[in-house]
Amino acid sequence: MIHSLFLINASGDIFLEKHWKSVVSRSVCDYFFEALERATEPENVPPVIPTPHHYLINVLRHRIYFVAVIQSEVPPLFVIEFLHRVVDTFQDYFGVCTEAAIKDNVVVVYELLEEMLDNGFPLATESNILKELIKPPTILRTVVNTITGSTNVGEQLPTGQLSVVPWRRTGVKYTNNEAYFDVVEEIDAIIDKSGSTITAEIQGVIDACVKLTGMPDLTLSFMNPRLLDDVSFHPCVRFKRWEAERILSFIPPDGNFRLLSYHVSSQNLVAIPVYVKHNISFREGSSQGRFELTLGPKQTMGKAVESVLVSSQLPRGVLNANLNPSQGTYTFDPVTKLLSWDVGKINPQKLPSLKGSMSLQTGASKPDENPTINIQFKIQQLAISGLKVNRLDMYGEKYKPFKGIKYMTKAGKFQVRT
Amino acid sequence: QPQQRPWFLCRNEDLKEMLESNKESLKLEAMKRIVGLIAKGKNASELFPAVVKNVASKNIELKKLVYVYLVRYAEEQQDLALLSISTFQRALKDPNQLIRASALRVLSSIRVPIIVPIMMLAIKEAATDLSPYVRKTAAHAIQKLYSLDPDQKEHLIEVIEKLLKDKSTLVAGSVVMAFEEVCPDRIDLIHKNYRKLCNLLVDVEEWGQVVIIHMLTRYARTQFVSPWREDAVFDENSAKAFYDSEEERRVDQSKPYIMDPDHRLLLRNTKPLLQSRNTAVVMAVSQLYWHLAPKHELSIITKSLVRLLRSHREVQYIVLQNIATMSIQRKGMFEPFMKSFYVRSTDATHIKTLKLEILTNLANEANISTILREFQTYVKSQDKAFAAATIQAIGCCATNISEVTDTCLNGLVLLLSNRDETVVAESVVVIKKLLQTQPSQHSDIIKHMAKLFDNITVPMARASILWLMGEYCEHVPKIAPDVLRKMAKTFTDEEDIVKLQIVNLAAKLYLTNSKQTKLLTQYILNLGKYDQNYDIRDRTRFIRQLIVPNEKSGALSKYARRILMAPKPAPVLQSAFKDRDRFQLGTLSHTLNSQASGYLELSDWPAVAPDQSVRNVEVVEPVRLPCIYLVFKDNENSDDSNKSSSSQSEKSSSESDSEKKKTLKNKKPQQQKLDSKDSSPVFVPETSHELLHRMTGKGLSAQYRFTRQPCIYGNSMVSLQLTLSNSTDQALENIHISEKSSTGQNIHRFNAIERLEPQASVTVSMGVDFNDSTQAANFQLCTKEDEFSVSIQPAVGELLLPITMSEADFTKEQGKLVGMNESSATITMTPENVSSQSVNRKVVSVANLGVIPSGQENIYRFSGKTVSSGSLVLVSVVLKDPDAVITINTEKTVMGSMLLRQVKTALTNSGP
Repeated sequence: MIHSLFLINASGDIFLEKHWKSVVSRSVCDYFFEALERATEPENVPPVIPTPHHYLINVLRHRIYFVAVIQSEVPPLFVIEFLHRVVDTFQDYFGVCTEAAIKDNVVVVYELLEEMLDNGFPLATESNILKELIKPPTILRTVVNTITGSTNVGEQLPTGQLSVVPWRRTGVKYTNNEAYFDVVEEIDAIIDKSGSTITAEIQGVIDACVKLTGMPDLTLSFMNPRLLDDVSFHPCVRFKRWEAERILSFIPPDGNFRLLSYHVSSQNLVAIPVYVKHNISFREGSSQGRFELTLGPKQTMGKAVESVLVSSQLPRGVLNANLNPSQGTYTFDPVTKLLSWDVGKINPQKLPSLKGSMSLQTGASKPDENPTINIQFKIQQLAISGLKVNRLDMYGEKYKPFKGIKYMTKAGKFQVRT
Repeated sequence: QPQQRPWFLCRNEDLKEMLESNKESLKLEAMKRIVGLIAKGKNASELFPAVVKNVASKNIELKKLVYVYLVRYAEEQQDLALLSISTFQRALKDPNQLIRASALRVLSSIRVPIIVPIMMLAIKEAATDLSPYVRKTAAHAIQKLYSLDPDQKEHLIEVIEKLLKDKSTLVAGSVVMAFEEVCPDRIDLIHKNYRKLCNLLVDVEEWGQVVIIHMLTRYARTQFVSPWREDAVFDENSAKAFYDSEEERRVDQSKPYIMDPDHRLLLRNTKPLLQSRNTAVVMAVSQLYWHLAPKHELSIITKSLVRLLRSHREVQYIVLQNIATMSIQRKGMFEPFMKSFYVRSTDATHIKTLKLEILTNLANEANISTILREFQTYVKSQDKAFAAATIQAIGCCATNISEVTDTCLNGLVLLLSNRDETVVAESVVVIKKLLQTQPSQHSDIIKHMAKLFDNITVPMARASILWLMGEYCEHVPKIAPDVLRKMAKTFTDEEDIVKLQIVNLAAKLYLTNSKQTKLLTQYILNLGKYDQNYDIRDRTRFIRQLIVPNEKSGALSKYARRILMAPKPAPVLQSAFKDRDRFQLGTLSHTLNSQASGYLELSDWPAVAPDQSVRNVEVVEPVRLPCIYLVFKDNENSDDSNKSSSSQSEKSSSESDSEKKKTLKNKKPQQQKLDSKDSSPVFVPETSHELLHRMTGKGLSAQYRFTRQPCIYGNSMVSLQLTLSNSTDQALENIHISEKSSTGQNIHRFNAIERLEPQASVTVSMGVDFNDSTQAANFQLCTKEDEFSVSIQPAVGELLLPITMSEADFTKEQGKLVGMNESSATITMTPENVSSQSVNRKVVSVANLGVIPSGQENIYRFSGKTVSSGSLVLVSVVLKDPDAVITINTEKTVMGSMLLRQVKTALTNSGP
C-alpha cells in the first residue's frame, strides 16, 4: 500500500526517506513541490496529489510534511490516519516531533518505521507494542548506552503482538498504582456580530494516564451518560457493555492514552462562557480606524476563565495598531497583520479591554471586511456539558489503586464575527 | 600519482573498517551511521559485502539494522544478497515463533528473483505454522512474492485459500489484503469464509478492518439483491423511478423484499465499528452502508461522519468530499447538521470550498435564507479566492431554487459595487450566467452593469458585460451604442479577451442597429485589423467578411444575423460532485474523480441473487487450534471472574517456548521414526553448469545450477535453476522443454517462455527426479524453430537433502548401517585443511549435507538423505594427525562409494 515516505521541512528540503518496497526516486517529490509553490499558505497544499505513476498523500504537522508515495488504489484515509499515527508515535517517543528531534534520533525513527509497516501494510502501530520492541530514548539511557554499548532495541520479544489485548504490554509493575482521567471539553462556536450564537457544539475527550500493575480490568460509569450523543472508543473498550449498560469497561493500555472522544450535539443548548463587546470601525477617507474590544464572563458556573488569548487577522490595509490593554500584553505583526492579545485571567469586577486606533494606508479606501476574532480560554474543574463521572472500579487485581478525575473546559474553534 | 578519492569514499572506508572489527559496539556505531546515510538518501551500497557479514550477529539491534540495510540494497546487489539467505532459512526453523516470523519477513522482502522458489517454499510452510503470528507474516509475504514474480499466482492462490480459512483475527486482515492484491476476482474463495469474516471483524486490528470491509462491500454487491427497490417509493429523489416503474412496483408488491440474512449479518456486524477511533474504519463502514444498506438505514452513518470533521485537516478534506457526493443524492441525511459545515476563517481554502459545496447541495426552500445570510458573511472574507467561490455558490442556489433567484440576483448586483475586483468580476460572471436564463426581465440589471462598467477593470468581468450588452442589445437599445462608443476610444488599451468581445459587440450592434453604429463598427474593425494579436486580427477579418456585404463575401453574409444572434442555451450550474458516486466512496479514485490504477469496480446488484447455500459451512471441521488457545483452555477453569478477553491475554503472555514446543511436537505427525528434522542447506554453491552453449544453441544458451532446496514440484525431485539467455539479435519465441524425455526420468518442466528478447535472459526453475542415480537426464530444449538435445548430469552430492539429528542418534543409526553399507578410506590431510571450518566447508560444498554439532574436536559428522527414496546418508570424518578416516554409511552403496571418492578429492585438495 504505502511504497515510500518522505519527510519534508518548511523550507522544502527532504530530510528523511524510507522505502518499504523498491526504491522510489525522490524526484517524485517534485510534483509535491509544485503544489507547494502554488499554495498560498502551507495548509493549502492538497492532501492528495496525483502524479503520472504515483499518488502522493501528505499530512502537515509541526511544520513537517509527511509525504507517502502510493502506487495503486487505497482508501486515502487509511494512509492519512496512518501518517498521523506515525507523528503521534514520534511525539510520544521524542517529546516533540521536530526536524531536529527526528534527525537526532534517525536510527530510532528508522527502527520504528520498520516495525510499523511491512511491505507497506501497517504491522504494529500500538504504542505499547512498539515500546516493547524499541525503547524510547531518554538522556539516562543514551548515556548508559554510550558507556556500556547496550542498545535501544528490546532484548525481549514483543509478546504483546500475539496477545488478545495487543494494546497492553505484559509484566507491568508499579510500586504506586495510580489511574488518572482528564475529562477535557472543547467548545466550538461561531458567534455573530450581535453576540448571538450561530452554531455551538461541544467535543469532549477523556484522556487517561494509567499506571497499574498486572492486568487490571476497569469500569467507569457516568452520572449522565445520555448526554453523550456520539462516541468513539479506544479499541480496549468493550462495545457491548456500552451498548447495554452505558458503562465503559476496559483493560487499559499502560501509560497515556485517549479512552474516549465524544460529541454533545448542537441540538442541546450550549453554554457560552465568555462574551465579547467590540467596536472595530474604519471611516471613509480617514487613515485612522477605531478598535475597541471588551471581554466578559457569561455562563461559567462560577468558575474563573483563565489563559485567555485573543487573536485576530486584521485587514490588509492596516499598517499599524496603537492599542492600550487594560491588562495583559498585545502584539501586532505588521507583516502578517496578526493581532494577538494575551489577556490572562478574566476578572469579573474589572473587565479586560483593549482600546486604541489603527493606522491605515493613506489614500487607500476603507477595508470592507471586518476581522474575525478567535478566542482561546480555559476553565478548570468544569465540564461545560455537565458530564460527571460517577465511579471507577477495578477488578482482576488485589491492590487498591489511587484514582483521580480532573475536569477542564477549553475553547476549541471559538470565533466571533465582527 | 594516485587519484584523490572523494571525501565520502574515505568516510565509507572507515565505516568498512568498523564493520570488520571485532567489537560489537564499533559495528553497531557503523551501522547506525549507515542507516543515517540511507535515511538521507545517500548511496551506501558499496558497503554491502561488509554489512552482510553481520547478518547472523547475536546483537539484536545490530541484526535489525543489517536487515534494514539488506532490504534496501538487496535488489541492487543480488549476488551478494544470496549470501545471507541461508541464515534466514535456518531461522525459519527456529523454535521461537517471533524469530521464524522475522526471518520470513526479511527473506520475503529481499527482492531477488533467484530466491523465488525458496520464498515460495517458506511461505507454504509458514502458512501452516502453529503460530498465528507466523501465518500473518506469511500472508504479508504472499504479496511480496507476487510482485516479485507474478507467475507464482496459482501457487499463491492456493496459500491464500488455505489462510482464508484461518480462524485467527491476527491473520484475517493480512490475508484479505493479499487476496485483494493477488486475486480480487476469485470471489468464490470468499463464500465459505464470509460469515466467519463478518463475525471476526470486530476483533480484527483496525487496519485489517478497513481492508476486510472494502472487500466485503464488493462481495456483497455480487451476491445479494438490491435492498433499494422496495423503498425507492419513499426515496426523496426518485420521483422519476416512481413513475417509470409502475410495472416493477406491482412485482414488488406481489413479492415483498426480504433481505438475505447474510446481508443483514454484514450490516449488523459493521455498525459498532462506526464508533472506532480510527477514521479510516469509520469511513469504510460509512461507504459500506452507502453502497449496501437500505436507504432508510443510512442515517446512522451521518453522526459519525460529522464527528470526523473534528479531526485533522487532511481527514476533513477526504470526509467532506465524501459528504459532498452523498449530499447531492440525499440532502435529508445531512440537513440537520448543516451548521457543522459553516466555514471558519481559520479553515484551509480547500476545506472552505468543500464546505461551500455541501452547503449549496443542502440548500432548499426552507433553509435557503439561513444559508444566504451565512454566504453574505463569506463574501466579505479576506480570502478572496473563497469569496469568489461563495459567489459561484450563490449563483448555484439561485438557479436551483427559483424562489430566491431574484433575491440572489439583487444581492449579486449589490456586490458589483464591492471594492474588491475579484468579487466584482466573479459577480459579473455569475450574473451573466443567471441572466441568460431569463434575460427579458432584467434589462435594468444590464443597465446597472453598463453604468458600473467604467469602474470595473478585471478583464474577464469587462468581457462578460460586453457580451451581455451584445447578446441583449435589443433590451438596452440606447445604452449599447454608447458603450460601444466608449470602447472604441479605449480599444487599444484593452486586454485581448475584452478586445474580442468589443468586436463581437460591434458586429451584433451593426446587425441590429446599423444606423447608429456603422461608423463605429468600421472604426473598431480597422483597429482590430492592425492589432498585434493574430487571434484578434483573424476575428476581425472574419467578422468583416460576415457582416459587411461586398462582392467577395458569398452566401454566408445573408445568414450573419442568424449566426451571431442565435439563441444560446443557458449554462448549467451544477456541482462538481455530481455523479462522483460512480466511484466507490472512500476510495482514492473517488477523491481524484478519476480511476486510479488497481481500482476495483463495484458491480451492480444482481437481478437474481446467486445461490445462497454456497456460504454454508459444514459444522464439523477439523480445527487445529493455535497454541495460545490451548494454553487458555488449561487455565480457563481456574479463572473465576473474568470471562472476557482480559483473562486470556494474561495467559498468552505466560506462554513459554517450551510449552509451545510440546504442542508442536504433539501435533506433528511422526513420519520419521527417528527424531531428525529436515533442515536448510548449509551451503549453496554458486557455480552453474553449462547446459547448452550459444554456438550449438543457435544463439540460445542455457546454464543450470542446483539450488539444494527441497523441490516444490515433487518430493522426490531435485530442484534446479535454469538461466536461459538469448545472444542473438532476434527475439526467441516459445522456449520450452519437449514433452518426450528420452531417458526415463520424471521431469517437471518450466512453463513455456513465450518470448525472450534479444540479449535478455530469464531464470526459471524445474525439477528432475533422478531416482537416486547419477545417470544423466536427457531432454529436448525447444524453441519455436529448433530443438536441442541437452542433458543434465548430477553430481552425487546434489542428490541429497540435508537433515539434522543429535549426535547420539547419528551413532545409533551409523551402528545399523554397517558391513556392505559402509565404505571408508584413509587420506593424508594437508595441514591447512585440518581446521574444523575448512573440513566442514569442503564436505558441504561437495554434498548437500547437514552438519551435526559434534562433541569431539577431531570428529566431524554430516547427515543427509537421498532425494528420491529418502535413505539416510551418514558421513563422518575422523582426524588422526596427519591422517583422516572418511566413513560413509548408506543403504545406497553405489552412491556411497561415489560420494566417498568425491569427499576424498575435496579433502586432499588444498586451496579453498
